Amino acid sequence: MDEVVIDAAGMHYTPLNREIRAAVAAGARRIRLENVLGQRFIANGVRGDVEILVHGVPGGDLGMFMSGPRIEVFGNAEHAPGNTMDGGEIVIHGSAGDAVGHSMRGGRIFVEGAIGYRGGIHMKEYEKKRPVLVIGESARAFLGEYMAGGTVLVLARHGGPAVAERGLGSGIHGGEIILRGGIDPVHLGVGASQVALSDDDWARVLALVREYARRFGIDPAPLERREEYTRVVPASARPFAGKYAWE
Amino acid sequence: MCGIIGVIDRSREPMDGTAIRRALSMMNERGSGEGAGYVVYGCYPEFRDYFALHVFFDNIHETKPRVDELLHQWGRVVHDEEIPTWDLPRLRKVHTPWRYFFRPDTRLMPRSTTPAEEIVTELVMRINTSVEGALVFSSGRNLGVFKAAGWPEEVADFYRIEEYEGHCWLAHNRYPTNTPGWWGGAHPFNLLDWSVVHNGEITSYGTNRRYIESFGYRCTMFTDTEVVAYLVDLLVRRHDLPEELAVTALAPPFWDEIDAMEDDRRRLHRALRLTYGSAMMNGPFAIVVANQESMVAFTDRSKLRPLVGAEHGDRLYVSSEEAAIRAMDPGITRVFMPRAGEPIVGRVVA
Repeated sequence: MDEVVIDAAGMHYTPLNREIRAAVAAGARRIRLENVLGQRFIANGVRGDVEILVHGVPGGDLGMFMSGPRIEVFGNAEHAPGNTMDGGEIVIHGSAGDAVGHSMRGGRIFVEGAIGYRGGIHMKEYEKKRPVLVIGESARAFLGEYMAGGTVLVLARHGGPAVAERGLGSGIHGGEIILRGGIDPVHLGVGASQVALSDDDWARVLALVREYARRFGIDPAPLERREEYTRVVPASARPFAGKYAWE
Repeated sequence: MCGIIGVIDRSREPMDGTAIRRALSMMNERGSGEGAGYVVYGCYPEFRDYFALHVFFDNIHETKPRVDELLHQWGRVVHDEEIPTWDLPRLRKVHTPWRYFFRPDTRLMPRSTTPAEEIVTELVMRINTSVEGALVFSSGRNLGVFKAAGWPEEVADFYRIEEYEGHCWLAHNRYPTNTPGWWGGAHPFNLLDWSVVHNGEITSYGTNRRYIESFGYRCTMFTDTEVVAYLVDLLVRRHDLPEELAVTALAPPFWDEIDAMEDDRRRLHRALRLTYGSAMMNGPFAIVVANQESMVAFTDRSKLRPLVGAEHGDRLYVSSEEAAIRAMDPGITRVFMPRAGEPIVGRVVA
């Protein structure tokens, strides 16, 4: 049983997820979901080494708590794909809604196009677990809000700024946000500061750029100019130390 | 958390309720079965010149004569009837929905520039505050709100929503949080030509309510959204603001953004904030308002609730979820997300 095909037309997410789990338990290597429209929580909490192909527009919280599978979406995603995801990969051939990678703690998300507000909110890392969110075009306000770890990379392939709204990295106290094309400093959030990339940083970014290009079948060369990139990191580990308690 | 969806056909091509019923039920996860509703514009062409008053009666025999009497005092009822419904096992009919087609006697409001609207507004406020067991929940011309406590598809089937046609629809699936779920608390909220659906909460409700009540409006439905319908009526109909400016007054940019604007824009935005400080809405929200000519959707300025738009030819859609729009119209050609606090506006051209 290498490939399982499920027609999700008109199906609620509960029986759909039950079928996905049954297929994984039976040893499927690839699960193809056809006619997906709005089903939330697809592959929620699924573990194991399996590829899940989603044809259509899945509902919110795609791959939430997931650990291991590789999801590829041929369509746009809604809010919070990869919510608190633990491991694996989500590749979206389209755009995504608000709170992409919300509280993500491991794994990778690649979005071909743009994402909505609060991307990477509260992403975190621990020892070797470092989540990665790569966005092909742009992100809206409050990108990386309260971020505690991991990497967010925005490639601005559409030609405009990577982020043109307020609150970038607002409350960030760990991790990094890397933007191609720089940003207007007025959009930097509280506790975020802009720094240049070190050689190590650039090596990491370059590897991610090439991974993005490979996944979406594009030429990475135009995205490989180091001088175009800027890095946003926490100004301190406790950005709000003086806000609620005065010592 | 609630689910909202709206559509306007800019060439006024009518749509029946089938597609929006299907789209709203796709977002059942956003509701709790305690409130859903629809508004359709253009549904009463045979009575287009009359105000269609939709009323919930607790008791037809005791309460209705009092409403009849008030209406006859202020104008003429050309036709009235119980709103046709289907009996459904899971939806308990706790109120009897009734509709009147009413023409106010404008001679009774001699000094007003909009006497018919003034009379209807006064009647809505008076019935809702003084006639116990009666609630007017829809009061515009050639439009109708249909709402109840139930799931989207139940409420749609109860009102036989698929039998209505119109060029603009809004629909809402409610998850009551701060106030109880009841028929009057379901969305859309309507006054005259304006209807509102809303996902989120208006934390500035107290301030907004005091402000709007100082203009003679009365809040009677125990929920924050009602105030939005009255604010839009005040700003657009009575103060004559363009819809875009009204949205700016309700969800203005932050002061630091205003300070960074060029001179003219800065002066305009300062004036709006100073004039309408008490109309400004705080808290997380996505709101869609509509009238016969237009549909306007916007979120709070921090974008704490979802909103997407899409287009297909003359049709403009807005919703909490892209999938709901696709369930209504798989042929949409452009999907977009508005900036926080900036309106999506669709106007009829015909």
